[in-house]
Amino acid sequence: MYDFEKIYQPKTIEQALKLKAEHPEALILAGGSDILIKTRSGKLAGSTVISIYGLDELRGVCIEDDGTILIRPLTSFSHITANPIIAKYIPVLGEAVDQVGGPQIRNIGTIGGNICNGVTSADSASTLKAYDAVLEIASVDGIRILPYAEFNLGPGKVDLHPNEILTGIRIPKDSYENTYGQYIKYSQRNAMDIATLGCSVNVRLSADCKTVERLRIAFGVAAPTPIRALSAEKAATGAQVNESLMETVASNAILDVNPRTSWRASKEFRMQLISELSRRATRAAVEKAGGKF
Amino acid sequence: MVVGKPVERVDAFDKVTGRAKYTADMFPENALIAKVLHSTIANGMVISFDLNDALKVPGVVKILTCFDVPDIQYPTPGHPWSTEKKHQDIADRKLLNTHVRFYGDDIAVVIAETELAAKRALDLIQVKYEEQKAVFTVADAMAPGAPLIHDEKPGNVIVHSNYEFGSFDSAITEQGLIKVEGTYHTQQVQHCHIENASSFAYMEGDRITVVSSTQIPHIVRRICTQALGCSFGSIRIIKPYIGGGFGNKQDALTEPLNAWLTTQVGGRCVGLFYTREETFVCTRTRHAMDFDITTYVRPDGSFAARRIVAYSNQGAYASHAHALVANAVNAFRMMYPVGAIKGDAYTVYTNIQTAGAMRAYGIPQIGFALEAHIDDIAARLKADRIALRQKNMMQLGYVDPGTTITCHSTGLQQCIDKGRKFIHWDEKAKQYEHQTGSVRHGIGMAIFCYKTGVYPISLETSACRMVLNQDGTVQLQMGATEIGQGADTVFSQMCADTVGIPLESVHVISTQDTDITPYDTGAYASRQTYVCGMAVKKTGLSLKRKILEFAAFMLHKDVSDLDLKDSWIVHTVSNEKLIALSDVAMEACYSLTNSHHIAAEETHHCSDNTYSFGACFADIDVDIPLCKIHVNNIINVHDSGTIINPLLATGQVHGGMSMGLGYGLLEQMLYDPKTGRTLDDNMLDYKLMTASDTPELNVQFVEPSDPTGPFGNKALGEPPVIPVAPAIRNALLNATGVAVDSIPLSPEHLFFEFKKAGLIK
Repeated sequence: MYDFEKIYQPKTIEQALKLKAEHPEALILAGGSDILIKTRSGKLAGSTVISIYGLDELRGVCIEDDGTILIRPLTSFSHITANPIIAKYIPVLGEAVDQVGGPQIRNIGTIGGNICNGVTSADSASTLKAYDAVLEIASVDGIRILPYAEFNLGPGKVDLHPNEILTGIRIPKDSYENTYGQYIKYSQRNAMDIATLGCSVNVRLSADCKTVERLRIAFGVAAPTPIRALSAEKAATGAQVNESLMETVASNAILDVNPRTSWRASKEFRMQLISELSRRATRAAVEKAGGKF
Repeated sequence: MVVGKPVERVDAFDKVTGRAKYTADMFPENALIAKVLHSTIANGMVISFDLNDALKVPGVVKILTCFDVPDIQYPTPGHPWSTEKKHQDIADRKLLNTHVRFYGDDIAVVIAETELAAKRALDLIQVKYEEQKAVFTVADAMAPGAPLIHDEKPGNVIVHSNYEFGSFDSAITEQGLIKVEGTYHTQQVQHCHIENASSFAYMEGDRITVVSSTQIPHIVRRICTQALGCSFGSIRIIKPYIGGGFGNKQDALTEPLNAWLTTQVGGRCVGLFYTREETFVCTRTRHAMDFDITTYVRPDGSFAARRIVAYSNQGAYASHAHALVANAVNAFRMMYPVGAIKGDAYTVYTNIQTAGAMRAYGIPQIGFALEAHIDDIAARLKADRIALRQKNMMQLGYVDPGTTITCHSTGLQQCIDKGRKFIHWDEKAKQYEHQTGSVRHGIGMAIFCYKTGVYPISLETSACRMVLNQDGTVQLQMGATEIGQGADTVFSQMCADTVGIPLESVHVISTQDTDITPYDTGAYASRQTYVCGMAVKKTGLSLKRKILEFAAFMLHKDVSDLDLKDSWIVHTVSNEKLIALSDVAMEACYSLTNSHHIAAEETHHCSDNTYSFGACFADIDVDIPLCKIHVNNIINVHDSGTIINPLLATGQVHGGMSMGLGYGLLEQMLYDPKTGRTLDDNMLDYKLMTASDTPELNVQFVEPSDPTGPFGNKALGEPPVIPVAPAIRNALLNATGVAVDSIPLSPEHLFFEFKKAGLIK
């Protein structure tokens, strides 16, 4: 039995936006896999909820005319993994969200919920950061476009106004074209776990596969929010594909991060993981791109 | 004959189709729900409550607090009662407690029409405390000036026991001995049974019925009478199917409070269903234990003298108290009963959640410490790890000087041989020498001995009833409980063979109801197949004799000429089929001249015990930079005497190995060091192994028939958990040279160990 004060189930996006304008304090319920847990534990008990789960317009993946990949926020993790567009152009995103919890969570949990929840451990977040995702945010006043890089304001806090709902996640063509990615989720268990650390790398190599044209790397749980490691990216740009590449990425990545000590893991241990996962994810991404060490 | 056959579980169909009824399935509509208010301090006194806002919540029926409960302290552990005062369990808690002793203690209860109303009211209760300093570790609780947790135990030490066999002090004066010392720590873990602590209670007339998910219905009945100050006859406990217990439900959990709550609302039915978080915090756990071990060993590997000092963190209430660490230091002696042996054990109150019984009752703790220590000795002596064990381990005929428990049978050597061969020990040992690199391989092993029942420390008694139906089938009724381990199935197998009927003719009654069910202390230790198996055998023979006597009357033959085989009365010598059992049963029931309602009920008072044995062998990879252990291959080989049902036995070993892997690698209960609040009170943060973390679990048995077992059998239920953690720890030592002396071997723990050892910079 869940302690909701009121629950609304709009039939259209317009209705949803209107309800959100009328009830700015209401929670937007997508798959519910975070909100129901917090409601049960009492943290969100007695809330008013607007369930958008029935809004199929907000579900699915497509390619727009300019090659941008558009992911609607209610797309479940399992549908993202199984989606042919994702599998063809950004397989690493499908692989990343396939590591969320277990099969049941992946069937109900949505990618929009995952990033709007604003936690640093979100499995989709580091890959979406590393691919320069752009968010479409709607309200009764219209649509706002925001780089995902600017979305996270702090732990559990995102740049969504009280009358707004996330309606789209876009990945521009230049971000994903000719790139190869690797996500490593480090957790104590192989399933039903949250990341102690997550690392997502994607690379574009030169035609002869000997030089790094572009490398992007982002982490979950390496700071209070998911973050890009820009020094590491800069240092890797133009680097030769050889064993020292991993050291270059890792030694710079640790300058970009700010993990904290919690009872779940110490800062020291997380730093070890940041260094080691940077190396392993870089190596794997480069190898997928055809690079040889 | 079906004993020894891999027959299907008798409850398999009902369980997989969802027909089997558990406590919550039987909870009536429109009953009331109770929710407990738990303390938010770890040590101190409740001064007052403000209930005004809470009472205004619609649907709230009644709120009861620690100031309302009977002024009675009662014990909770599921031990057979002792009529001798000095052996009685410690009565140290009330139904709700004014003196709060851990973060989560029960201080008040809301009874409401709905769960939501009860929860909302809980949030509105204001509590005023007088907080005192809390102590969470044994060292802090034993330190001078530590806060007093229970007035009855100044200094917080519940029991200090000791033993000495041979003279330790003179044994260590022998020339040429090598002294090896070690300190080992095991952590607090939880049982994680699927079904949370659950019960409901109602009154009929002046009597209280409690339906509960318990391993020990008859004992819970006794405890309820003690907690409420009422008579045995006024309490009735019903135990339906239960979703696991592993020792947590070998304790009175929600039942005494629940029994009292129904009396406070005019006997209306009240349910008390713990959440997973409450089950983590407010039930029982495995004791965290620390061991200081010293061994004086001769250069040839034989032990001259051994010393152990053990400290057990009991938490807030005594529950099973000292019995576990006493069991641990006894097993230290029994496993390697060589040379002079001296032991001390302390059980200490602290302000963490209460520890109690958990699968293998103190032995996984000593199993880890002792078997780690044996590998540490081998490393020091550069001795062969297996040979060192073989030189000193328990042999056939051993009589323990402390308990008189005798080694009636042992297949330990064959267990070691089989495991060694399976894991390719000798080849791997060579292959894994002198490794470098970031991923290294290792092999490790550990052995154990385990006593089957609780004799002679406690009473061992079991009763059984069999009733013959008109069709020649039999109802089998046990006081012993099915808790998922397969007891109903093996009892049915035993009944079938003893009476002389096929398995399909046995209808086991799974539910225990203390109004109806014969007495038994319940499912704990690894006693049921052994002790209660003896009761089945005795009752089966008694029923068979009564059937044959009636058949002899019908056939005008001497009863000594008759036998019962496969539901036929046969001639003992010729085996000629004389009359079908069903015909005898019909006539016995409906005879106009000589009706007999044939039934048998017998008690077996058990005055024996026996050891089971086993070994675990593990082959692991250690990814040093990621601080992770991967188990490549693992096997448990068990000597549990004759295996009654190989299918169930294998399942039992799988479950135990999984529990052992979690114990060794991941599981631990974590506390906020400031407040004592449990941090990982849920299945996300508490790292119970998932299926995808579990390697293929290999199981083999050796089956020396035990002369004391009813069917040559001995303990199997608990032992599989024991040797896994030390085998993995020893494989880690083999792989990396790093001797880790505490568990779990979790990534963060390994990180700091590897750093200390210079493997990680």
